[in-house]
Amino acid sequence: MTMAGPAIFESAATLSTLLATRKISAVELLREFTARVDAVDGRVRAFNSRDDAGALRLAAESDARRAAGRELGPLDGLPVAFKDVIAVDGQPLTCSSRMLANFVSPYDATVTTKLRAAGAIPWGRLNLDEFAMGSSTENSAFAPTANPWDLRCVPGGSSGGSAAAVAAGETPWALGSDTGGSIRQPAAFCGIVGLKPTYGLVSRYGLAAFASSLDQIGSLARTVEDAAVLLGAIAGHDERDSTSVRAEVPDYRAELGRRKGPWRLGVPKEFFGAGLDPEIEAAVRAAMEFYRRAGCEIREVALPLASEYAIAVYYLIATAEASSNLARYDGIRYGHRAAGATDAIDIYARSRAEGFGEEVKRRIILGTHVLSSGYYDAYYLRAQKVRTLIRAEFQNVFAACDALLSPTTPTPAFPLGAKVADPLAMYLNDIYTIGVNLAGLPAISVPCGFTSAGLPIGLQIIGRPFAEADLLAVASAYEQAHDWHRRHPQLP
Amino acid sequence: MKFEAVIGLEVHVQLRTRSKMFTRVAAGYGEPPNTLTDPVVLALPGALPVMNKAALDQIIKAGLMLGCTIAPVCKWDRKNYFYPDSPKNYQISQYDQPICRGGAVEIELPGPARNIMGEHKRIPLTRIHLEEDVGKLTHGAADSLVDYNRAGTPLMEIVSEPALHSAEEAFAFLTSLRLTLQQGGVSDCDMEKGQLRCDANVSIRPVGETRLGTKVELKNLNSISFVRDGIAHEIRRQIAVVEGGGAISQETRQYDGEAGTSAAMRSKEMAHDYRYFPDPDLMPVQVDEAWKAAIRATVPELPFDRQRRLMERFHLPYTITSVLVPDPAQADFFEAAAAPGGQAQAIGNWIANDLLRELAGANRTLAESPIRPAHIAGLVQLVDTGVISSPGAREVFAQMFRTGERPEVVVERLGLRQATDTGDLERWVAEAIAANPKAAAEFKAGNEKALNAVKGAVMKAAKGKANPKLVDEAVRRQLG
Repeated sequence: MTMAGPAIFESAATLSTLLATRKISAVELLREFTARVDAVDGRVRAFNSRDDAGALRLAAESDARRAAGRELGPLDGLPVAFKDVIAVDGQPLTCSSRMLANFVSPYDATVTTKLRAAGAIPWGRLNLDEFAMGSSTENSAFAPTANPWDLRCVPGGSSGGSAAAVAAGETPWALGSDTGGSIRQPAAFCGIVGLKPTYGLVSRYGLAAFASSLDQIGSLARTVEDAAVLLGAIAGHDERDSTSVRAEVPDYRAELGRRKGPWRLGVPKEFFGAGLDPEIEAAVRAAMEFYRRAGCEIREVALPLASEYAIAVYYLIATAEASSNLARYDGIRYGHRAAGATDAIDIYARSRAEGFGEEVKRRIILGTHVLSSGYYDAYYLRAQKVRTLIRAEFQNVFAACDALLSPTTPTPAFPLGAKVADPLAMYLNDIYTIGVNLAGLPAISVPCGFTSAGLPIGLQIIGRPFAEADLLAVASAYEQAHDWHRRHPQLP
Repeated sequence: MKFEAVIGLEVHVQLRTRSKMFTRVAAGYGEPPNTLTDPVVLALPGALPVMNKAALDQIIKAGLMLGCTIAPVCKWDRKNYFYPDSPKNYQISQYDQPICRGGAVEIELPGPARNIMGEHKRIPLTRIHLEEDVGKLTHGAADSLVDYNRAGTPLMEIVSEPALHSAEEAFAFLTSLRLTLQQGGVSDCDMEKGQLRCDANVSIRPVGETRLGTKVELKNLNSISFVRDGIAHEIRRQIAVVEGGGAISQETRQYDGEAGTSAAMRSKEMAHDYRYFPDPDLMPVQVDEAWKAAIRATVPELPFDRQRRLMERFHLPYTITSVLVPDPAQADFFEAAAAPGGQAQAIGNWIANDLLRELAGANRTLAESPIRPAHIAGLVQLVDTGVISSPGAREVFAQMFRTGERPEVVVERLGLRQATDTGDLERWVAEAIAANPKAAAEFKAGNEKALNAVKGAVMKAAKGKANPKLVDEAVRRQLG
């Protein structure tokens, strides 16, 4: 069996076809990717760990199924890499934290179970900002991931390992998690597609929680179609997650061809103000022009609350939830335990001091303060009220729009180390993405150009709740008419 | 100065459910350590809670039995604190919206004598809420061990108003509450297994004062007797402090039931800030009228209501009902044997006195009794219709207990049937009158007691097999 060319930059859909037509075997395909990771990951540092042996076994099983003439789905035989916050039975689950550096998950997340059932191969573990807290993957306790387009730059975060691995041809696609932009922002920085589903569409069971009311697992892929296929495999109600919704899961890929527009597309005027990089603004306005020419109605809309208060509200609610969610990492039964502790309180204090990094500690302290007696009403309760208003604001806008267009990020990828010392500047990375999480909406980032320095630019498209099929169709229409997604970084 | 005690109780009760509060792993007691666990119980990264509906059913049932108002929505909060018995380091509980509010526990205080019903009171409840139990710590010399088998067991916290005024009332409260919850099948309330645990808030104030005094929380009251003794001890301690010119400090004290002493555990300054907030992993659950109605249909008669009914409908004495009612199986046994208006009292006596004594002696439960309700009903019927005598009935009972035979079978086998052949009887009566002319004359002259001598002679002739009632009738007829 021979290949038409290197498989590493092909879309998952193409790879699936190659498998179906016996142009390549699942084992051969996996070997291509392990070889690629061996070749480049020393510089990209996207992977925390790999289970090549287990993956090869599953690939061989897939090949055996195919040889037996069974009808196989579009994921069968394809490797999937996981952000290292999603549980895979028998694989490390580090959250890129010293706290869990030696932790191996004894169970599968629901998304893992679903992917296994679809024949996909859980293979590698991808780097992130520790416990998904950050926007550059520099908060990893292990190593900062580099942006494949410019190794001196960050890949974004917190799903930076996921985005970089896809961009660098180390995996056809990956799962990430998005709490305030953690899929979309790195996807934009790395020139790939990143989809954050509606809150409740994908089970969170097995996703190490950062902020429970905001976290959502989603796909990072080369194409909108691949993102749709991966979403279809992981979406759906799960009785193990009370916040998962009994929503119908359509065949997203089939729907891509059925939904042609034209659409009414809103453009939040506040998202084009001060702080937006001019090259990004130009690229996004060009994308708006594309839709206009395609017959869509482009209308300016206002999101004054989301633009003004989303970051403040987010850092109250997310840190409050995180302070409680991360309390379980105490060194008692699993995870890092400090040596020399004298009693239980001492075990907690020392283990957590040693096990957590600076940003995680900062957010735990913030969140603990937010929930403290005497501050709860002023901070947490008020933030929840503003969150309700932000959700209503989006709802109003969607009365007259099918989707919203905006930049994914205000700036392109920035140099490693540039914002490490300034948490507030780092938080502003998520200014266009955070409101979406507060409102529980689906959103996607698709490549829409490059800066003069050759760094990717992302277009964010925001959809109505559970209208992923429409969202993907809007994104696909743009992708079909452009070839940004066909460009790949030339790794030195 | 006279003092009055004011006591409020916080009672934790494990609900009887097959699985734990927020996961499907089994709830249980006595299993090898850390076997009743799963990712949720152990709080592994990524594990999520899902509410056990059966636990909510159980607490709603408890609330309905106790006359509480059931909230239209079951909402969950996180109570944050670090302790090794709680692997998440927060407890899922209900803070500002407990599922049950109000309600009351009816109690009975000791009466003036054992056979006289004591005063009844209704002790109002503040709230009942649902939460998850924590694990169990065992402290060694150099280390501590944690067993998470208990962690996550559905637990309800019942909070009474500060409306109890003596250790006896607190004792009666727990006794009544335990019985009610057991009878509802809500909990087994086995204190030795930690299924029912009680903390008491105790304060004193001068009689006539309406403001509450400084309260002391008593912990570790791990039997109902310890609750009574611990509270009594604490009331005496507080009175002694105040009378000695001291002041009560707000603190938590641990009572040592064996030693009969208490010691301070922690003061108010060390109180926790639990940072309660709504649990984002759990959606509020609506409890609609249909749900409540379905549970209401399963609510059994309350123990005190049943006792009153048995006394009124069957004319059972208080002492018998106090024996039968605390064990629903006994009261059910009685009601299966007795028909209203029949020989209910005799049936009650046979069960409460004879059967229970024999079962206890044979170390058997009522369910294992060879004597069934129909046996008792039949036995009483045989006595009532004069087929057998009272001494004969004792023998029949003893035989039935050994063999499980029906009473009629025993009577025939042992030849215990009383003589009812009127030919013999009339002849014995005639002979007895002839042999006792003086007694016969005195009776005719109006001395009712004189009849006994004649009847005694008849019974002697009949060798005890004559029915006393028939004898009485025959003697009066022949003398009349």
